[in-house]
Amino acid sequence: MAEITKEDIRKPENLIYKKTDLLTDKPLSYCPGCGHGTAHRIVMEVLEEMDIQDKTIGIAPVGCSVLAYEFMNIDMQQAAHGRAPALATAVKRLNPDKFVFTYQGDGDLAAIGTAETIHACNRGENIVIIFINNGIYGMTGGQMAPTTLPGMKSSTSPYGRDVHMMGNPLKMTELVAQLPGTIYVTRQAVHTPANVRKTKKAIRKAFENQKLNKGLSFVEIVSNCNSGWKMNPVQANEWMVENMFPFYPLGDIKVND
Amino acid sequence: MTEEIIIAGFGGQGVLSMGKILAYSGVMGNKEVSWMPSYGPEMRGGTANVTVIISDERISSPIINQFDTAIILNQQSMDKFEKSVKPGGLLIYDPNGITHHPQRQDINIYQIEAADEAASMGLTKVFNMVVLGGFLKLKPIIQSEFIRKGLEKSLPKRHHGLIPENEKAIEKGKEIIKSVHQLN
Amino acid sequence: MKGNEAFAEAAIRAGADGYFGYPITPQSEVMEYLMAEKPHERTGMVVLQAESEVAAINMVYGGAACGKRVLTSSSSPGISLKQEGISYIAGAELPCVILNVVRGGPGLGTIQPSQSDYFQSTKGGGHGDYRMIVLAPSSVQEMADFARLGFDLAFKYRNPVLVLSDGAIGQMMEKVELDEQRPRFTEEEIIKNTPWATTGKTKDRERNIITSLDLDSAKQELHNHALQAKYKLMQEQETRFEMISCEDADYLIVAYGTSARISQKAVDLLRAEGIRVGLLRPITLFPFPTEIISKLADQVKGILTVEMSAGQMIEDVKLAVGCRVKVEHFGRMGGIIPSPTEVVEAMKTKIIGG
Repeated sequence: MAEITKEDIRKPENLIYKKTDLLTDKPLSYCPGCGHGTAHRIVMEVLEEMDIQDKTIGIAPVGCSVLAYEFMNIDMQQAAHGRAPALATAVKRLNPDKFVFTYQGDGDLAAIGTAETIHACNRGENIVIIFINNGIYGMTGGQMAPTTLPGMKSSTSPYGRDVHMMGNPLKMTELVAQLPGTIYVTRQAVHTPANVRKTKKAIRKAFENQKLNKGLSFVEIVSNCNSGWKMNPVQANEWMVENMFPFYPLGDIKVND
Repeated sequence: MTEEIIIAGFGGQGVLSMGKILAYSGVMGNKEVSWMPSYGPEMRGGTANVTVIISDERISSPIINQFDTAIILNQQSMDKFEKSVKPGGLLIYDPNGITHHPQRQDINIYQIEAADEAASMGLTKVFNMVVLGGFLKLKPIIQSEFIRKGLEKSLPKRHHGLIPENEKAIEKGKEIIKSVHQLN
Repeated sequence: MKGNEAFAEAAIRAGADGYFGYPITPQSEVMEYLMAEKPHERTGMVVLQAESEVAAINMVYGGAACGKRVLTSSSSPGISLKQEGISYIAGAELPCVILNVVRGGPGLGTIQPSQSDYFQSTKGGGHGDYRMIVLAPSSVQEMADFARLGFDLAFKYRNPVLVLSDGAIGQMMEKVELDEQRPRFTEEEIIKNTPWATTGKTKDRERNIITSLDLDSAKQELHNHALQAKYKLMQEQETRFEMISCEDADYLIVAYGTSARISQKAVDLLRAEGIRVGLLRPITLFPFPTEIISKLADQVKGILTVEMSAGQMIEDVKLAVGCRVKVEHFGRMGGIIPSPTEVVEAMKTKIIGG
């Protein structure tokens, strides 16, 4: 039997997976094992499948994903810290035929940008908000976030989050689900293939909602931060399942069809 | 011709709208005008005043501290603006509610009992137009056709039915204004 | 028309695509007027009351990044809140118009007119080395004119333009002539005229990214050099001023906005006394009319700056003049407007007799 060469394998008929063209070739700057890479990929895959690259404007936050525009091959704007929903509001209102989404972390969306988030949700802006919640400030080096769990250690809560002193973690997703302007509010994760599939479906649904002018769709992705949590990726995912999910349970919170 | 006027009284007396009608009438008569109100909390019940300048030439400062004419409708405004009338200028006031009447000897002073007149007409809202009539009698700087156009311009359409009442009040004001102190 | 209303109407007629604001005295008439006019029916213009000044300026960022003509307005405390966004807009080189109807400060201050935001406006109120073109209207007519001029300059230079007004001009009524309605940009015009805008990545071009971030210091320095070159070009091409009675002047007043109107009256009063005084009114505060002031300094015996502040513009006048002639400041603060006779007095005591 002849030996199989690489050239034999690299035939179109053998192709079972290909990186979407909506991701650039630039290597991701995220830490190995971080959920951002997967989240980026599935958002871009949804846009590709819907064939709306030429109609989509994304808004990048301040945080680890500040450079999202380096990896997402679409027109993007980089917002000031927390202000992405304000940018998105104007972009969508001035371009109602375009698809507009924000991609924000927990510090950006749930601390400094709380007002912009809540008001964009409450006005029912016809946009998609993708919220990556890893319970920590990754980019600045692991400080406490609004979503840091009680007792959880960070560089600014080195003895664990004392809720009497530092306040309680904020469940933004449950909060915005109360608002009449949100049409679809869900919490997902990307730590297993099954969850990735579910999350992608949720993101697809969010963009389909926008296509139908239904209102604001809000997709939280509970994710990990190996570096900030000071764990290896496997440990981090286990810790996430054991600690984050009980506090931030996965599943749809609001579905108005 | 340049006429620099301050109108001052309580908020709600129609001080600003009287100034506005005067200013719009000036515009209709192809004059240069400026209308500079005091604004803010004062608009809600305190004292209000507005400076109106009507001129044949480009107006330099819309904000001035010496006036050709002061139209004064309450005591606080009298205390504040009697001294701001240029020597030889004109002061018109409604004596209703005035306890310290103007004392200056170097200006012309007129009284107009506009509040009483408007009440006897059964139209307290046209009080300010009675006052405006008095002023126009003494300083006919704008023709009455332009006053009518000014009323049309500054009153919302739904109040245009009241224009004849306003004009009547202006005519009444012309009749009842009376001299208190006259320069030779 | 009130100054604020004239500005709002002129913005619609200039083909504005969007206004984003938050109420604050003494400029709330801008949004009130726009809402009452239903510009979405007249021209398709979007008008939105934001949850804060911070959100409003960031909406402006988002709209401007799409190549749209967008604007916001506020008054001093609100403009302070917008500074972060303005810095980002300047850094990302986005065109927009911002109106500041200045009130007295610091802090919540007062709602009465002031000119105490000069430093903030001309020296960069936010972080980083940036400049805005600053237009200073001194009449209701200029409030209207500068809405359109502001847009045109903003797009010419891909730069924010600030219209620096004050409570007096915003609230006063004067005669005003308005331009005809100009159509809003079409999608095709946006793609052609602002090819950098985020309009959706098509196959025939690379993706467009609007950002003020570059972590590579060498590139960030290059970007800053490019910004500075642009600001220099503005200085060469966009300096605007008005000279009144300067030909034979022995003394000069430098004043902008409301102070210039008051000073003009003071010039008349002084000339009536036989004192030859002229008025130089900067129309652009950045770029500042340094050259003409320098020239006039060779002609006059003294210069008085009149500002409703503790003396801010005077620093730019002194930079232009050097030590050649005496330069003094007269001003009122806290929302008090100086009177023409006070200016006359200041000229006599501080410059002529001083």
